[in-house]
Amino acid sequence: MTKIGLEVHVHLNTLRTKLFCSCSACYVGKDPNTVTCPVCLGLPGAIPVLNEEALKKAIMVAVALNCKIAPKLLFTRKHYFYPDMAKNYQISQYDGPGSMAIAKDGIVNISGENVRIRRINIEEDPAKSVYPTGSMLNSNYTLLDYNRSGVGLLEIVTEPDITGAKEARIFMEKLRSILEHLNVCDCEMEGSMRADVNISVEGGERVEVKNVGSSKDVEDVIKYEIARQRAAITQGIKILRETRHWDNDRKVTIPIRLKESEEDYRYFPDPDLPPYEISDNYVKAIISEMPELPDNRAKRFVKQYEITEYDANVLVMEKALADFFEKSAKYYNNYKKLANLLINDYLRWLNDRNLKIADSKATPESIAKLMKMLDNEKITIKIVKQILPEIIDGKDPEEIVKERNLIAITDRSYIERIAREVIEQEKEAAKAAKNDPRVINYLIGKIMKKTSGKADPIYTREIVLQIINEL
Amino acid sequence: MISNILEKLKTGNITPEEYVEKTFERIKKVEEKVNAFVTLRNKEEVIKEVEEKVKSGGRLAGSLIAIKDAISTKGIRTTCSSLMLSDYVPPYDATVIEKLKKEGAVIIGKTNMDEFAMGSTTETSYFGPTRNPWDIDRTPGGSSGGSAAALAAGYVELALGSDTGGSIRAPAAFTATFGLKPSYGTVSRYGLIAYANSLEQIGPMAKNAEDLGILYSIISGEDWRDATTIKFSLEKEPYEIPVKGLRIGVLSDIMEMSDKVVKGSIENMINKFSSEGATIDYTKLGYAEYALPAYYIIAMSEASSNLARYDGVRYGFSKYNQGSWVEVYSKNRGEGFGKEVKRRILLGSFILSAGYYEQFYIRALKVRRLIKSNLDQLFSKYDVLLSPTMPILPPRLGEVINDPVKMYAMDINTVIANLSAIPALSMPAGFYNNLPIGVQMMGRYLSDSLLIGISIYMEKVTNLYDLTAPT
Ligand SMILES: [Zn+2]
Repeated sequence: MTKIGLEVHVHLNTLRTKLFCSCSACYVGKDPNTVTCPVCLGLPGAIPVLNEEALKKAIMVAVALNCKIAPKLLFTRKHYFYPDMAKNYQISQYDGPGSMAIAKDGIVNISGENVRIRRINIEEDPAKSVYPTGSMLNSNYTLLDYNRSGVGLLEIVTEPDITGAKEARIFMEKLRSILEHLNVCDCEMEGSMRADVNISVEGGERVEVKNVGSSKDVEDVIKYEIARQRAAITQGIKILRETRHWDNDRKVTIPIRLKESEEDYRYFPDPDLPPYEISDNYVKAIISEMPELPDNRAKRFVKQYEITEYDANVLVMEKALADFFEKSAKYYNNYKKLANLLINDYLRWLNDRNLKIADSKATPESIAKLMKMLDNEKITIKIVKQILPEIIDGKDPEEIVKERNLIAITDRSYIERIAREVIEQEKEAAKAAKNDPRVINYLIGKIMKKTSGKADPIYTREIVLQIINEL
Repeated sequence: MISNILEKLKTGNITPEEYVEKTFERIKKVEEKVNAFVTLRNKEEVIKEVEEKVKSGGRLAGSLIAIKDAISTKGIRTTCSSLMLSDYVPPYDATVIEKLKKEGAVIIGKTNMDEFAMGSTTETSYFGPTRNPWDIDRTPGGSSGGSAAALAAGYVELALGSDTGGSIRAPAAFTATFGLKPSYGTVSRYGLIAYANSLEQIGPMAKNAEDLGILYSIISGEDWRDATTIKFSLEKEPYEIPVKGLRIGVLSDIMEMSDKVVKGSIENMINKFSSEGATIDYTKLGYAEYALPAYYIIAMSEASSNLARYDGVRYGFSKYNQGSWVEVYSKNRGEGFGKEVKRRILLGSFILSAGYYEQFYIRALKVRRLIKSNLDQLFSKYDVLLSPTMPILPPRLGEVINDPVKMYAMDINTVIANLSAIPALSMPAGFYNNLPIGVQMMGRYLSDSLLIGISIYMEKVTNLYDLTAPT
């Protein structure tokens, strides 16, 4: 059986400051090594002080993932020498003697299947290594940017309960939606959610693929690794315990190192960070202020807007889409139609072009206007789909329609004249249409083309059927 | 006394220039023999600063102070007496330095110490040993030996040290000066280059008890930059403590482990307490034989972690910069650290490694708890626990440094206060053959003011204060 476990690292980039100092947590676009201080540079004598907001965010995530929350917040030093480490130890958490993680033993439901959460850790991010050639493999030296050093991270570790590539992707997307709803992470920011993927197939050892950047990549990595590992085993090649790297350009994994035994990180409690009691009341207060979680929001959508459960779940998978739906619903009350447009046309159009919801300039008002024009038969569904990209580009639907004269043609005699012209030219097709509805659609398409999609589709169909019957 | 100097400066009885000139003359005369300073500041700069500070005022307006080279001073190199940091200039001030500057104190220089405070004789310094002004062939104790020597040699009235296991009290005892290891958490460690975070405190050093009290009241207080500091209120000054009725417990097991001449001097001191009306009782510390191993296990573990950051990448010794990072780190650390530091890093790393952690570290913490609860019991009966500060007379140079076990054994009396967070004060008790002997008083947690008050009272009884070695 294939076993897949994920270790997801989430940047606490919605916090104002880094985890243990007062430097800004938002370093994107800043010059290298300008967002630093003695603490995050690991200067002698500097002492970390916890940003308590990080604890609150961690507790919210723990609650959302149905975890048990520890009675005490304890930080541990995890020692290993590496150039991106300011202190050559990472302030992290550890579930072992004399220590504990902030939360453990959670459950997330992914399309009916339970994925257990082993633990959640709060920890600091190391500095960023910058390779002059862009690759670690052929650079003569490494540059270090400490802007990222000390930014808060949550490490969310699952049990190996995930059974396939698609499930892993759904898990990542669901987790992302939870994090966005809780305002824990601005997941749009590059590198804000990274995963180490552990995959083992029957008859092989566990292989870890490090630092995978997106849920789509997680899916690709797993597909690739399952195929690679299975092929190797059928050829009698042993799969050893190792760590691999995902080459996103070539879409392959490459080996980094064999893992013969567990590394000894010499964990020990950080004496600079005294234990912090987490009382039940503290947790209760946080829960009472927690934003709505995606699962609850989907349930509310079904009730409040009477849309299908499926549509509701698709909408809440991306917070920005769900927000846009609710804002648009204020101006337009055929919610089913609205959900349909947003899921099948709006979201698809963006996804096909690798664009994000945040890239869209469409306003709830413009979407509502568009839908109302359709309902009033001012424009056809064809025109709706045709001008949607321009609305996404920020244009007003009424103005587009007016400017380009896209108002639906409801004049039956006009449509009939065009229809007769088309059928005159397509005599063979018209005959065949008597027995084949697909050909009817072909003829309708021709008429639509002649009217630039403006002919009312219902009238057009009626007229075509009438003429064919006359033949 | 610092009040005399302050008065003279204020009334113009002495000009800042005369004050600084006189100080530098004294230093020039004996420093070649004593070697108290790692870095002495430029005289003209110091004069200018004293002039400014006399004008701007404060409780120490214009007074010179010597600072142990483990405490970060902005713009003044801070070496920890190590080759590793021999060129390191901190970009920030420790909290205690900020506080001193606010009260008008002027740093004259940075004092010598055992490398990274690891030693009890100031002989492990990369900059050569400091010698005891009372006997140039002997050590002034350590690790704050430079600060103590600067007082005893008559350079300055005030100094700061740091005490991890006796590093303030041992040199105070060996130089006939006063030193306080404050209650843990009453003085900010922010900016103190860490040796063993859970044990150490910065503390005041002075030539009389009154000055010791002034200095402590200035440097102490809660600091948001050090989460291990606590909110507390100092008792009001002046510290008027009647010794009459004071309940003193003499630690007979510690007395028995001390040299005869040391014991004799302490008994003499006990008699003085007795004639002033204190009640004397002989008691036992208990767990004395476990205290030292527990102390060294904790100290070395924390040290191995704290000193991991010195890799020559961001600051510090980086003579080697070619090759893989593992090679570069190994060479820089191999050469940048001295023998004793490497010994403690190796032992600490071993203790923290998997399997040994529970066997050593967790057990040491247990001993620590036992010692603490035992002390709680003793303090229900006694206000003060009294013992020699050091079990021996100041050793000759080279006498103990080549025998680590002997060197570590010197700390038997002093480590108790660090393990249990309580305050401990060393004051002169007498001399034997012109060699100073110190008495240590330990008090309940947060009874620092009481200890200072007792020493203010008793120094008048013994007449052993404001002593300058006849070098
Ligand atoms: Zn910082």
